[in-house]
Amino acid sequence: MSAAIHTDMNDMLPEAPVSRLEARVAAANAAGRPALVPFLTAGFPTLDRFWEEMDGLDRGGADVIEIGVPFSDPVADGPVVEAASLRALENGVTLRWILDGLKARKDRYNAELVLMGYYNPFLQYGLENLAADAAAAGVAGFIVPDLPLEEDAEMRALLAARGIDLIALVGPNTSEERMAEYAAVASGYVYVVSVLGITGVREGLPPEVPQTLARARKAFRLPLALGFGIKEPKQLEGFPDRPDAVVFGSALLRHIDAGNSAESFLAAWK
Amino acid sequence: MKKGYFGEFGGQFVPEMLMPPLRELEAAMRDILPSDTFRAELDDLLRNFAGRETPLTACPTLSAELGVNLWLKREDLLHTGAHKVNNTLGQALLAKYMGKTALVAETGAGQHGVATAAAAARLGLECVVYMGATDVVRQAPNVMRMKLLGAKVVPVQSGTKTLKDAINEALRYWIAQQDSTHYCFGTAAGPHPFPTLVRDLQCVIGRETRAQMQERVGQLPDMVVACVGGGSNAIGMFHPFVDDASVRIVGVEAAGTGEPGCYNSAPINLGRPGVLHGQHTMLLQDADGQIEPSHSVSAGLDYPGVGPEHAHLGAIGRVTYGMATDSQALEAFQALTRREGIIPALESSHALAWVLNNRDKLPAGGHVVVNLSGRGDKDMEIVREVLFREGELA
Ligand SMILES: Cc1ncc(COP(=O)(O)O)c(C=O)c1O
Repeated sequence: MSAAIHTDMNDMLPEAPVSRLEARVAAANAAGRPALVPFLTAGFPTLDRFWEEMDGLDRGGADVIEIGVPFSDPVADGPVVEAASLRALENGVTLRWILDGLKARKDRYNAELVLMGYYNPFLQYGLENLAADAAAAGVAGFIVPDLPLEEDAEMRALLAARGIDLIALVGPNTSEERMAEYAAVASGYVYVVSVLGITGVREGLPPEVPQTLARARKAFRLPLALGFGIKEPKQLEGFPDRPDAVVFGSALLRHIDAGNSAESFLAAWK
Repeated sequence: MKKGYFGEFGGQFVPEMLMPPLRELEAAMRDILPSDTFRAELDDLLRNFAGRETPLTACPTLSAELGVNLWLKREDLLHTGAHKVNNTLGQALLAKYMGKTALVAETGAGQHGVATAAAAARLGLECVVYMGATDVVRQAPNVMRMKLLGAKVVPVQSGTKTLKDAINEALRYWIAQQDSTHYCFGTAAGPHPFPTLVRDLQCVIGRETRAQMQERVGQLPDMVVACVGGGSNAIGMFHPFVDDASVRIVGVEAAGTGEPGCYNSAPINLGRPGVLHGQHTMLLQDADGQIEPSHSVSAGLDYPGVGPEHAHLGAIGRVTYGMATDSQALEAFQALTRREGIIPALESSHALAWVLNNRDKLPAGGHVVVNLSGRGDKDMEIVREVLFREGELA
């Protein structure tokens, strides 16, 4: 079935359009800095505060905002993102609430928007409806941490037909051959996971990050976004190859949970 | 069919960082599992450490009442008290051949945790067991056994603090420790290749039953019945009979307290397809795809999902999936105890409860085998509570 979708799509779109995400990261790099990619769980810490912090991140210079779609069982996440996710669910957040909220705020954000979440809520929403509604809400990409290459053909094709990227995730144990398999289908940017582990703030980044980045550079022509454990710019000092974008999740959520504004978190990065 | 799928169910819905260890495990299943040395060593462990083969016991009193020949496959007599050890010995030995030095496991009732800890101790492997904080309290004796066997038991405080959260935490641990550690998954569920690996290791149940029936009565059973949590004891019993059209196969899910809308552990009967813990399968979930809490009086059945092969066998109609409630299971528990002198686990009591409550569906005069997956020693506390409350014990 997914093979058929691929063929139709190729007929419809003889030339792949330039990805908005790829272009946005490139623009930040042209200005001499990594693209800033904050992650914020939808509906955290409260429904209203979430939309305020979205505005704050946008004002503060976020290039891309990854909006976390909460799930009851987030296996790739550490305690901070999991707690935010469960809090958001208690606040009544649903995927429909997120998409409706974004539709109502269409064109409000300068930043590009990415939805990051586990597969089941997307699957239950219906992948075709999801692609249509996400496009209508101005979403530029999806990250689905429990959807590896073996399982992603259907969702990737449905999103691509709407010009939406499905972001590839690779990590310290992803071989160059495996990265090449992703490179054959990937678009937008590539999410490079810094550690063999889950999300969460770490003081230092693991020593193998430069090798992971180097393998990814060889395999992909797309920009590389480094994430998991990132808190402050000095963690990246001394890297031979700077990532094209940096993602911060847990550190930002902790910052907000301590009563600070999301906007102030970005200040250190500019 | 797509690799790792049973019809539309199965798959590998895991973070990319778990794909390398899953592939490593697939390779080990292909290269190590069938080898003569591995087979011989596992066979020795199953016989002389775990106590195989297990008896097939006739139940004269219940048979007379039911009008069928009722047999029990006695997995309860195995070392550590349940079928779980068939799987843990196989996986622990495989881990050793793979060069791993440690096992991580999840556990609900603690039966799989104890069986993993025992296999690890026997084979000289380190062992970490994740267990929901709620289960740590309600299954205290098994926590003690795991610790005595040298395992580190980590209470899980997240989510519903039960089995599904313990699986999340064990998967997280495995991402970070995959070089040294094998994830000894406890049931025939999870991402490929676990459903196949665990099934293959549990199929000894059905193979022995087949041979014992042939020898004792000269025919295959007319019906086999097993309880279904994640589905490992059931698939171990069922799989060797799936191609025998004459054998009716019944899986029994836990209906919980039984009133409409109650929390339950019956995703094949009461759930919808979805993705959790690496697999596309039948799940208890709300309209938005959030996983719902499960309930069963038997902690070993208390899981909102089920192994993908069961979801498939149900979808194609080869296996009938029925349900038994908490109170029916307790009645069956007492019936077997008083009439046949065998104290079953509350999980296994669900399988028997279905037989006792569905007489019209039994093959009159035929042979019915119930898989007695475990013994009830671990359930004394919970049984005492309920029966005292109901005034049945003084
Ligand atoms: C005795 C017994 N039977 C059955 C089960 C349910 O597991 P499965 O469905 O994998 O056989 C358990 C789980 O703890 C158990 O201890």
